[in-house]
Amino acid sequence: MDSLQSYLTIAAMLFSMGIYGVVTRKNAIAILMGIELILNSANINFIAFNRFGGMQNLDGHVFSIFVIVLAAAEAAVALAIVINLFKNVGSVDVDDADLLKG
Amino acid sequence: MAENLFLFIAVLVIASAFWVVFSPNLIHSAVSLLFTLFGTAGLYVFLYADFIAATQIVIYVGGILVLIIFGVMLTSKIDSPSIASSSANQFIGGMGAFAIFVMQVAVIFNTPWNIGSEQSRDATVGTIGKLLLTDYLLPFEIISILLLAALMGAALLSRRN
Repeated sequence: MDSLQSYLTIAAMLFSMGIYGVVTRKNAIAILMGIELILNSANINFIAFNRFGGMQNLDGHVFSIFVIVLAAAEAAVALAIVINLFKNVGSVDVDDADLLKG
Repeated sequence: MAENLFLFIAVLVIASAFWVVFSPNLIHSAVSLLFTLFGTAGLYVFLYADFIAATQIVIYVGGILVLIIFGVMLTSKIDSPSIASSSANQFIGGMGAFAIFVMQVAVIFNTPWNIGSEQSRDATVGTIGKLLLTDYLLPFEIISILLLAALMGAALLSRRN
């Protein structure tokens, strides 16, 4: 149970559900939640490979810290954009964000 | 005991992630994401990653999730009965996501992974700190500047006028 494959399978499920959320959701914030799921699954993979891969150092941990920082930056910028979208268009439905369409 | 706890956390993560992407109510999705993030922190504890587990709770649950809930509340009319979120292309998206999952599982179980010796169970904070200030000093500084720039840009973007 406590093997590399089980962690990788959990991460794969999280990843595919995140992809599903990003592809099917119309609300921009729901899409953001899907992206968070994807980043989390990548983090689980980093840590699992670090634990089971026979590495003596903690490079995977450092990489997952970088991923967490990127997720924080991404969430801040994305929410600023979403709030501006709401101010300008009146909804956060990504189908309504078609101002560039001729 | 540990096996059961691991199973419980795995089921918690998967089920709440499922509800994150399938719930019609955005607030329900956000609360469900809380359980996914906590469960992921539990998985990190199982992987001997104590510092990452704490970071996960502090940054994801304390920061990003609060930001997301703020985003939901700032962009929806709270007095409407449900903050619904519609979906599109469910069939194609579901097929694509399932295909990706099947491919990943095939790779996971068909690859002869190079399983090494057991990692030590010591606290990881000191080693991570040394790595960040020696081998990963340049990426660390770059990502600090990136975070600063992103936060300033977000503040600038969301200002009135």
